[in-house]
Formats: sequence, C-alpha cells, structure tokens
Amino acid sequence: MLEVRNVTRLFGSRRAVDTVSFTVDRPQFVGIIGRSGAGKSTFLRMMNRLLDASSGEIRFEGRNILALRGAEARTWQSQCAMIFQQFNLVPRIDVASNVLHGKLNSRSTLATMFNLWSRADIVQALDILDRLGIAEQAPKRAEALSGGQQQRVAIARALMQDPKIILADEPIASLDPMNAQVVMDTLKRINTEDGRMVIANLHTLDTARRYCDRVIGLRDGRLVFDGPACDLTTDMAREIYGADESFNEEATSTAMPAANPALHAVRVAAQ
Amino acid sequence: MTVINAVPDSPQTIRDSYLAMTRRKRLYSGIMLLIFVILFVSGFRIAEDRNAGGFLDGIGQIFDFPAAMISEAAEKAANLPGHIIDVLPALVETVNIAAVSTLIGCLAGVMLALLATRGLAPWPRLTGMFRRVSDILRAVPEIVVALVLIFVLGGGPVPAAIAIALHTAGAMGKLFSEVNENADLKPLDGLASVGASWGQRMWLGVIPQVAPNYFSYGLMRFEINIRASAILGFVGAGGIGYELKNAMTFGQGKLDEAAGIFLVLFVTIVAFDQLSSLIRNRLTYGGA
Repeated sequence: MLEVRNVTRLFGSRRAVDTVSFTVDRPQFVGIIGRSGAGKSTFLRMMNRLLDASSGEIRFEGRNILALRGAEARTWQSQCAMIFQQFNLVPRIDVASNVLHGKLNSRSTLATMFNLWSRADIVQALDILDRLGIAEQAPKRAEALSGGQQQRVAIARALMQDPKIILADEPIASLDPMNAQVVMDTLKRINTEDGRMVIANLHTLDTARRYCDRVIGLRDGRLVFDGPACDLTTDMAREIYGADESFNEEATSTAMPAANPALHAVRVAAQ
Repeated sequence: MTVINAVPDSPQTIRDSYLAMTRRKRLYSGIMLLIFVILFVSGFRIAEDRNAGGFLDGIGQIFDFPAAMISEAAEKAANLPGHIIDVLPALVETVNIAAVSTLIGCLAGVMLALLATRGLAPWPRLTGMFRRVSDILRAVPEIVVALVLIFVLGGGPVPAAIAIALHTAGAMGKLFSEVNENADLKPLDGLASVGASWGQRMWLGVIPQVAPNYFSYGLMRFEINIRASAILGFVGAGGIGYELKNAMTFGQGKLDEAAGIFLVLFVTIVAFDQLSSLIRNRLTYGGA
C-alpha cells in the first residue's frame, strides 16, 4: 500500500531525513517518534509534497508520489490530508468554510472566489462537524474557537478531502491533556471506523504506546526503530531519544488523564 | 564594542574605552551636522544664483497673488456661487479620474505585490523582477506619463487616468508587498496541504488577512490621486485642474473664478480625507 524507499532530504549539508525506508501494507495507525529535529516533520511534509525530497521514492498504490509535478502533485495532496500542530486554519473565515476547503482541489479558482459550494458539499461539511461534536460552531470564525476545537475543525477539513492517508504533524503538541485525548481518540476512530491510514508524529511515548499499532523511531534523520508499539521498551526509547541512563520516561509524558470524569463527558459530547 | 571586548580585564579600562566610544560617537554626530549645514547652505546659494529673481528680494511678494485673488473674489463675491456651480461637472470628472485610476492601480498593485513577495510568489526567482517593475512604475512622475500619453491619445481624462493608475500600481505594489510580508503563513500551509492552487491559496489564505490594510492604503491613495488628477488638468488632461489653469492666469480678471475652484477643491479634499480616515479607523480599530 505505502512503500517508503531510501527517502533523504538535505538542508545544506545536514541530512534532515537520511535514507528512511519502511512499508505499511494495511491502514494502520503509525506513530513516528523522536526528538525535536529528528526529521519527523520534514518526513511528513515530503509525504504531503509540501517539501521536495532530495532522493528516494515514496510509492503509494504503486505510484511514486515524489515524482508528481504541478496539478498531479496537488491531486495527490487532496488524497493525503494533513493536520498541523498549529491547526493552520484560515482564522478570519467561518468554520464551515474552513472545512469546505478540503474540497478546494476539485474547484476552480473562480468558483472559489465567489464562494460557490454545492448544497451537497455544504451538507457534507456540516455532517462531518456534527460527527466530531462541533456542529454548532459552524458559523463562527475559526479564530474564535479554542485550540482543541480548532484542531477538530482541521480534522474535519481532512475528512472532507476523503483522504486515503491522514498525516498528523504533532497534532496534540499545542493542546491541553484533555483536548489532546479528544483529538487522539478522534484520529483513532477515523482509523478504525473509516479504515484510513493515519501517520502521526508524536513526541510522547505514552501517546504512541496507547494509540499506535506500529511505531517508527527516528534519530538524527535515520530510522532506528520500527515495530509494534508493545515492543517499545525503555531501552529502545533511550536509543531513539539518544538519552543516557538518567533518561526518564516521565519527561516525554503528557500525563494524559486516563479516567477523568470531566473528560468522559467531553468524549460523550463528541460522539 | 571591539575595544571593550579586547580589554575585558579591569573596570577602569572598560570605563575609559566606553567614554572614548562616547566621545567618538559625538564627534561623528558633529561631523554629520557640519556636512548637513554645508550642503544646505551651498544648495541654497546655487538655488539663489539660478533664480530669476532673488529669494530674499522675492519673499516679500509671496502673498501678492493670494492677496490679489482674495480681493478680487471679495469684490465679485456675488459671482462666487455661480462659479462654484459652473465647475462642479469638472470636479466630478476629476474625482472620476481619481476613482478609476485608484481602482485599476490598486488591483494591479495587488498582483504586483503578490508576485513580488518572497514566500508567496508563484515564481520565487522572479520576485526581484516584479519589484523592479513596481520601482520603475512609481519612479516615473505621473505628469511625465500624462504628457506623453496626451501627445499620443490627445487631451482628456483617459491619459490622466492611465498615468495615475500606472503610478498607483507601482506605489501600491510596494506598500502591499510590505503588508504581505507580515501575513501569517500557517493558513497557506494548510491550504497547500489540501492541494489548493496558487490563486486559491492567495484568495483564501492571504487576502482575508491583508484586506483591511489594503483597503486602508487604497483609501489614502484615493485622496492623493484626487490631488494628482487636479494637477494633471494643468497639462490638458481635463477636469478641474484645466479650469483652474485658465482662471489662475494673472491679469485676466478671472481670479474670482480661481478662488471658487480653490474653495471647491479644498472642500472636496477635506471631505474625502475625513471620510477615508473615518473608514480606516473603523477598519483598523474595529467598531460598527
């Protein structure tokens, strides 16, 4: 399904991503962990074609997506949704329009300028917002929402794309633990219920262990771990984070509340 | 700084070197002031030599023209309302020239700005070229372009509108691209990630962020263009400037008409100035 072969990205002489290879053959929830600067974001941005690779191939369903140019690359982007740490919504536009942006690739620029969306598209956008528990926010400006709500709008935009893969670049790094859990639960549900592949950059071990079927560890741009989340031992984590004996797992923990009644209420509302 | 870094050992040397630096800075300031005074005085002398009259001799006559105009206008005060009504069509023409040229110039300016801003431009290597284009457009004075166009197209409002629009495009291209530099790029990344085209990214990602500033600068430019279009009337581009030139000539006994035109022009510019600052304040600080 997804085959990554020797992907490398150079910034000057620094190898941000260094000959990374792995294969994902079914729609798994894949977590990529590593320290800041390990190349996680660079890798996801190359997958979405926001950034060009220096060498290597990423094959999805047989096609090398790194070789796509112009309109073809944009079509790939529309099938490969991306969620960002800072949400990257258009702040001054209403929530529903931000969700509709997921369909931009199939609309002409002229239709975009006059805000011409079909009734079916609008209904779909509202349905997705409803599924994520934020339908009542649809007419508000995106900037008026809380961080957790904005991230759910970003997920709604991703779903609007009807993507084959969802890439999430540190999706919970800007959120409080409660919102983080809502967002991660949502991503997990999309993965299991819709059967969409999710690849998420995470910088905390416990999140990776709790949500991912499979974890990939990057260190200085190189792949140093690839296996099921249960194989991620403390020694292995030490290796990935390049830490010595004093390595403390707590340092990479978000202290996500496991059983918080208030959070449970939020989750019920979200469903 | 290098002096201080070179001798970090004793407080005494640090103090001495700091005082030396202060003295040196004062010396440079003094030299700059001296150069300024020399340039100013020599420039003034050159201007004085080239003048047909003398600056100091002529300065007494500076109020002769306004005095003549006011006394003539006062004598024929009864004619003033009639003159004002007579020039209204010309005023409308002048404001029209300004409005059309501001609109066209600003639209062209938006395009130039987007093409010339690093990080937004679709062809990053050509940003320098588009910057030079707006430099050139605003470097050439409107009046020069208008004179050439009047020669080609004949007198009238069209050459004036084109001349002002070209200058406006250059000026706005520069201002708008500075506004663009401050635009947040995160929404653009988000739009790029869904496969949006360049036009879609600009329209949805940049324009909503910069529109209030664009509008504000556009209104300010409109005021400037009203004045510019009045001046272009002097070289035969129509509008109120043309009427003013005819009326203003000394010794024709038409100075009351000129006074009427000045009055209308003054009121118009003040009115648009007030209106635009009102709108700009609302855009900048919010409100109804």
